[in-house]
Amino acid sequence: MNTALLWEISKPGRIGINLPSRDVPELDEKKHLPDNMVRAAGNGLPEVSEPQVVRHFVELSSKNHHVDKGLYPLGSCTMKYNPKLSERVAAFSGFANLHPFVPEDFAQGALELMFRLGELLCHIGGLDAITLQPSAGAHGEFAGLSIIRRYHEARGNPRKKVVIPDSSHGTNPASIVFSGWQPIEIKSDAAGRIDIDALKPHLDEDLAALMVTNPNTLGIFERDIKKVAEMLHSVGAQLYMDGANMNALLGIVRPGDVGIDALHYNLHKTFSTPHGGGGPGSGPVAVKEHLAPFLPKPTVVHSEDGKYHLNWDVPDSLGKMNAFWGAFGVMVKAFSYIMNAGAEGLRKVAENAVLNSNYLMASLKDDYELPYRSTPMHEFVLSGEFLKKFGVKTLDVAKQLLDFGFHAPTVYFPLIVHEALMIEPTETESIETLDEFIKAMKEIRKMAENEPDRLHEAPKNTPVHRLDEVSANKQPIFKWQDMIET
Amino acid sequence: MQNFSHLPNTEADRRKMLEKIGVGSLEELLNNAVPSEIQFAGKLPIPDGLSDVDVQKLLEKLASMNAGSGMKDFIGGGAYDMYVPAAVDEISGRPEFYTAYTPYQPEVSQGTLTAIFEFQSMICGLTGMDVANASMYDGASATAEAAVLAIHKTGRKRILYSQGLNPLYLEVVRTYLHGFDAELVPVPIKDGITDVDALKKLADENTACFILQNPNFFGIVEDGTQFDEIIHSSGGLYVVVVADPTSLGILRPPGEYNADVVAGEGQQFGNYLYFGGPYLGFFAAKKEFVRSMPGRIIGATKDVDGRRGFVMVFQTREQHIRRARATSNICTNQQLCALRATVYLALLGAQGFYAISKLLFNRAHYLADKLTEIDGVELLFDAPFFREFAIKLPQKADEIIDEMSQVGILAGLNVGKLIPSMDDVLLVAVSDKYGKNDMDEFVVAMRNAL
Repeated sequence: MNTALLWEISKPGRIGINLPSRDVPELDEKKHLPDNMVRAAGNGLPEVSEPQVVRHFVELSSKNHHVDKGLYPLGSCTMKYNPKLSERVAAFSGFANLHPFVPEDFAQGALELMFRLGELLCHIGGLDAITLQPSAGAHGEFAGLSIIRRYHEARGNPRKKVVIPDSSHGTNPASIVFSGWQPIEIKSDAAGRIDIDALKPHLDEDLAALMVTNPNTLGIFERDIKKVAEMLHSVGAQLYMDGANMNALLGIVRPGDVGIDALHYNLHKTFSTPHGGGGPGSGPVAVKEHLAPFLPKPTVVHSEDGKYHLNWDVPDSLGKMNAFWGAFGVMVKAFSYIMNAGAEGLRKVAENAVLNSNYLMASLKDDYELPYRSTPMHEFVLSGEFLKKFGVKTLDVAKQLLDFGFHAPTVYFPLIVHEALMIEPTETESIETLDEFIKAMKEIRKMAENEPDRLHEAPKNTPVHRLDEVSANKQPIFKWQDMIET
Repeated sequence: MQNFSHLPNTEADRRKMLEKIGVGSLEELLNNAVPSEIQFAGKLPIPDGLSDVDVQKLLEKLASMNAGSGMKDFIGGGAYDMYVPAAVDEISGRPEFYTAYTPYQPEVSQGTLTAIFEFQSMICGLTGMDVANASMYDGASATAEAAVLAIHKTGRKRILYSQGLNPLYLEVVRTYLHGFDAELVPVPIKDGITDVDALKKLADENTACFILQNPNFFGIVEDGTQFDEIIHSSGGLYVVVVADPTSLGILRPPGEYNADVVAGEGQQFGNYLYFGGPYLGFFAAKKEFVRSMPGRIIGATKDVDGRRGFVMVFQTREQHIRRARATSNICTNQQLCALRATVYLALLGAQGFYAISKLLFNRAHYLADKLTEIDGVELLFDAPFFREFAIKLPQKADEIIDEMSQVGILAGLNVGKLIPSMDDVLLVAVSDKYGKNDMDEFVVAMRNAL
């Protein structure tokens, strides 16, 4: 049965809020506004009572897989447990009800939190300065690249191109184009790492930067990172790190120590703030000293009088990424997480993320193809290419996993692995859960050989079954109103 | 040391796992993955972990050092202190929503996908547009993405913007366009209203778009119909920014005055102020621009058994497919904020939304009338406004803000913070949280402060 949309349970006369009484004189908007600026038609909202609204959304919620229910091994997304303490403290009225334009004296706690979070993130990354303003990983990439662009411009040559490995996230080339450069993709070597020889021909005065995800999207650490940094720096280019996989490095490697000039964090991955069904995230960018003058404004500073301030006097700043100061509500959760974990806790997070991932890989490598055999860190990539001989695709494996009560891994990425299954269990999963997942994956491997049609038909235990994406794109229905028309 | 509470692995588990992996120790495993000479030898120079109770105490203390959160808040300028119904918190606090991620597997993400579809439907209804996306970072970045769309679509690089655009939005647009080699040209405002004649002179064959904020930064309702023909006859696009969307309860939707793209900020729909974020950008357009739109878009379809379901559509626009040729680098949206907005708007419904819009309009005019009775206080512009208005004071706005804060009132935004020549101008916004008594208190406090 279809879940009714709000408009399908709407009846004229219903309302889900008890409105404030009219305590001031009623004005006629038609008399006080330009004639042709007054709304004549309805606003299109449904009319529903509060219990109906609540029941509607509770029913919708029952149709989601989520981390609090079970394993969510999406590679590169770091779907780890979101601590409840972070949720509680972020909901404090002192944070939630604070206007961004409130005089600074009345927001000292918020400013102090931002300052201290910035310091913690600099220490964790081995970097010198930070902006907390970007709203997400891709937004951080764009900010970080824009910082590098301003740096090059200040030195008289904006440069033309940025190199990325062919295993990079799609946001990388898109952010490069947004920053006014041309992306140059280089092939990874046989071990899945940056190919130093492929990089060499691009080392010249037109090269602005190289973007690296480390560990890369195969979960493999770029062992030559220091060498790459030296090569780039020798022509004045910068080394940017996509910090999507920082969960593997906490306390184990500090990017700043190995030649990284700029790095974005994903607070919603590494520091366990919730993914929210797809945002809000937060993508702070930490940089070395020489890039600090170009950070977005305002920066947060701690002055000699002991007070914290928003500092607008950043003459070489790239400008602003957001209207205000960033996703403060998310920052509170990340700060709470880091204070809870501490230095040793963070290192244990990374260690156990690496351990869980390697345990899964060791348990599955004989049942599936493992195209890159280097010891991975927090995630690894299997290939379902060999299943084609049974008429089965990686997509079928993913769908059967849903029927077994798991979320699927990231599939068909990275692009350098055919029929990829990118698996990131995270450190918050127990060995019991990992064993159940291993059992499911082995079972699917057998099904592929013995009963491939069951895989083609999966999922069968989910709220809906396979959906027709072709007609969704051919005859698009973007909104409720389109449904009535069709 | 005690295990960190988020880590289920015991020592025995770890030994068993290392054995399966075929290494003798965790150190050996790490050394296999990362050359030991690259590894960080010391202990991170950050504090040791605090107990749960101590973390809570620390955060309680920091929260208590934000006195502004407890004051009567008449500040606007792009963020508004509006009442958040309890049901919004209850729904967005469900882990089924907040601990899920991007609906990559639609069969187990119908909750999120259906909610986005409803969000898109609501934004289309309010703005009068054909198609809306699943949301953007905030109103300012959505505005910048609208300019990028216009550049892509027209092949032109000159962006005209009304000087009624929020200066912070302008900063973000400028930042976004830096790498596009685009030119930003202001269209001046006269008496608070965008100068139509100036636009006529400026709009030409090099114009990618004209950006109008309505109501504008000063709260003034502009006659949006005046710009349609001028900008369209130049071949440029008409971008309307709605930074205060509750206005759409009584105001004509931009779709009806032929906007091509509407970008805006939905924070006030059920999202708390949070010192500036996370907020909720929305982005809607005419159907003909859908393939140039940034961000996630959800469409309806059927499953193999004929049941209705929802999926991500037109993904070939997006970075994970199109990479360097994507319409934008944006990957995620602001889903939990969008969910809050959807629940909020569902609760208000058609009648409630109109009523709140009207309430703000009535209250703003009541407060403005009372304030301008004070000697030396006058409206900066004599022009129609919605719920926010700028008043000129006989002294620096900061001094008044400071005085009034002593009695627990945040009087408004000192416009001089953003436009230095206007340091005697106070931008005041009313709210559904603060009624006649609060506004009367505001008036008394201002009289006392002057």
